[in-house]
Amino acid sequence: MATATPTADERVVRSSPLTRILKRPESGAVVAAVVIFGYFAATTDAFASPAGASTWLRGASTIGIMAVAVALLMIGGEFDLSAGAMTGFTGLVVGILTTEYGLNIWAAMLVSLALALAIGAVNGVMVMRTGLPSFIVTLGTFFVLQGINLAGTKALIDQVAIQGMARVPYYDQPHAFFGKAFDIGVHMSMFGKTYDSGEAHIFVSVFWWVGVTAVATWVLLRTRVGNWIFSVGGAQVSARQVGVPVFRTKVGLFMTTAGAGWLVGMLLLFSTSTVQANTGVGQEFIYIICAVVGGCLLTGGYGSAIGAAFGALIYGMVNQGIIYSGWDNNWLKAFLGAMLLGAVLLNEWVRRQAGSAR
Amino acid sequence: MPESASGTPVIEARGIGKRYGSVIALSDVSTTVAEGSVACVLGDNGAGKSTFIKILAGAHAHSEGELLVDGTPTTFASPREALAAGIATVYQDLAVVPLMPVWRNFFLGSETTRGKGPLKRLDVGFMKKTTKTELAAMGIDLRDVDQPIGTLSGGERQCVAIARAVYFGARVLILDEPTAALGVKQSGVVLRYIAKARDRGLGVVFITHNPHHAYPVGDRFMVLRRGRSMGDFPKSEISLEELTGMMAGGGELADLAHELERTMGDSPVVEELKADVL
Repeated sequence: MATATPTADERVVRSSPLTRILKRPESGAVVAAVVIFGYFAATTDAFASPAGASTWLRGASTIGIMAVAVALLMIGGEFDLSAGAMTGFTGLVVGILTTEYGLNIWAAMLVSLALALAIGAVNGVMVMRTGLPSFIVTLGTFFVLQGINLAGTKALIDQVAIQGMARVPYYDQPHAFFGKAFDIGVHMSMFGKTYDSGEAHIFVSVFWWVGVTAVATWVLLRTRVGNWIFSVGGAQVSARQVGVPVFRTKVGLFMTTAGAGWLVGMLLLFSTSTVQANTGVGQEFIYIICAVVGGCLLTGGYGSAIGAAFGALIYGMVNQGIIYSGWDNNWLKAFLGAMLLGAVLLNEWVRRQAGSAR
Repeated sequence: MPESASGTPVIEARGIGKRYGSVIALSDVSTTVAEGSVACVLGDNGAGKSTFIKILAGAHAHSEGELLVDGTPTTFASPREALAAGIATVYQDLAVVPLMPVWRNFFLGSETTRGKGPLKRLDVGFMKKTTKTELAAMGIDLRDVDQPIGTLSGGERQCVAIARAVYFGARVLILDEPTAALGVKQSGVVLRYIAKARDRGLGVVFITHNPHHAYPVGDRFMVLRRGRSMGDFPKSEISLEELTGMMAGGGELADLAHELERTMGDSPVVEELKADVL
C-alpha cells in the first residue's frame, strides 16, 4: 500500500485555487466589502477621503470587535443577545463608580470587567446546565441588563447619562488606551492606505478591532481551543465523546463575548467621555448580522473571525455611505435585512456543498 | 484464521449482567475478546447489545458477574477509564463533526501542539501528514485531508473513526453497528477495515444485527436474545445458517417467511428469509 501517488481520484472533482478561496467562509463578505467600497468611493467625494474613511472605520471598529466575539460564540453554536446591552452596562458601571462614588478609575474598570465576566459566566452556566436555547437565556439577561442600565442609572445618579467623566482623576491614563485618536495627517505611516493628509483622525478602537480579529483568527485556526470551538458548535455530542471539554469551552465563549462587551464599553466611554443608559440596546442583532454576513452559520460549527470583521466593515461603510450619498438613512435597515437574507442563502448553499453526507 | 491461533484474551466477560432497577437488561453473558481476533455480538433490536457495549466501554457498570481485563477483574467508572485501558468504542454516530476537515476530526480532543506559552499552536503539518498515512495504512487514499469529513461516504467516515481509535492506542475496538446504515458495497468496505484492524493485532468487538456481515470476519459469535446469551461459539462450531436461525429464534423467522409468502408471493425478501431459515 505504498502507492500513495496523488493521482486524480475519480470520486472527487479537482477544484481550482480560486474555487477553494471562494469556498472560505469569509470570501462573500470580502467581495461585498470591496464592491460597496468601490460604489461609494465612485459616487461620493467624501467617502474615500481620509476624513470620510476615518469616520466609517471608527463606526465599524466597535461593532467589529463585538461581531468577532459573537462570531466565535456562534461558531460554538450559541447566541448572546445580551452583548449589546453589555457594552452600555460596563460603561455605566465605570461612569457611576467614578463620578458618583469617587472610586479610582482603574479600580472601577476592573470591577466592571469582573461584573461583565461574571454575567458571561452566568449566561454560559445557565445555558449548559438547563439545556435551554441560548437565544432564550440571553434574551432574559438582555432585558435584565437593559432594565438595570435604565432604572439603576436613574436611581443612582438621577440622570440617564454619565456627566463629568473627563474631570475624573487619572482619566487621561485609560483614555490613552481606549479613547485616543491619532492625527493621520501627521502619522501617515500608521495607516498604510492613506496617501493624503486631511483633517482626519484614526481612533484607537480601530487598532483594537484589528488586534481582536487577529487574535481570534489565530485562536480559531491554530490552537486546540479553536478546534474545540468548531467541534462544540458542529456536533456537541461527538465532541464530548472524543474528550473535548464542552462545558469549559462554551462557558469560556460566553465570557469572551462579555469581555468583548467590556472592551467596547470602555472604548465608547473613553472616546466620548460619556455613556447613555440605553447604549448598545438594539446592537446585538447588528453583531449577529455582521457575523452571518461574514460566513457564520446560525446552526454553529462554521464561520470565520475575519469574515465577521468584514461584515462590520460593510456595516460601517454603508452606514456612512448612505449619509454621504444624501439618502434617507433609514435605508440602512432595509439594506441590512437584504444583506442578511442574501448571506444566509449563500451560507446555506456553502454548507450543503461542504458538509452534506452523500 | 482459526480462533485458537489468535493471541491472549484481553477482555473476558464471565456471567455479566445488568439491572436497571427492577428491569433486567442483561443477564449471564460470557465471551472473550483476544488480540488479533474479531468477537461478534449479534442480536435483534432490544436484545441487550447496547447494554453490553456500554459495560465494556465503561459507560455503565455491570451489576452481576465479572469483567476481566488482562486477567484482572475490573469495573470501569467512566469511558475515560476504559479508554485508558486501551478499549476504544466507535459509536454509531461515529463522533465526528461533519463540517470540520478530516485531519481536525482525526485529532479532535487529542490535538498535537508545538511551541510554548502564547505561541503554543497546533502542529498542523504533522497532523495532516499523520492523518494521511494512518488512513493510507487502513487502505483509504484521500486526495485531501482538508475536506470536510461530511463529504466522505459513510463507509469512509467509519474508517476514519476506526483509524483514529487505532492511532490513539486502542488494543480493543468496540464497533457499534458499523454497517447498520450502509449499503452493500459500503458495508463490504467497512468489513475489510475490520479485518485490517484485526490483522494489525487488535481485538475487535463487532456488534451487529446482520449475521451475513458478522460471519465472514468473525472468529467468535455470541448471540443475544431478550437480554440473555444464547451461547458463545467459535466459528468452527457454528454455520451461518445456524447463527441466523438462533438470532431471530428459528421458529419466529419461519412463521414470518410463511406469512409474507401469503401476502407478497415470491418476492426476493421472502426468498431471502426462506434461505436464512433453512
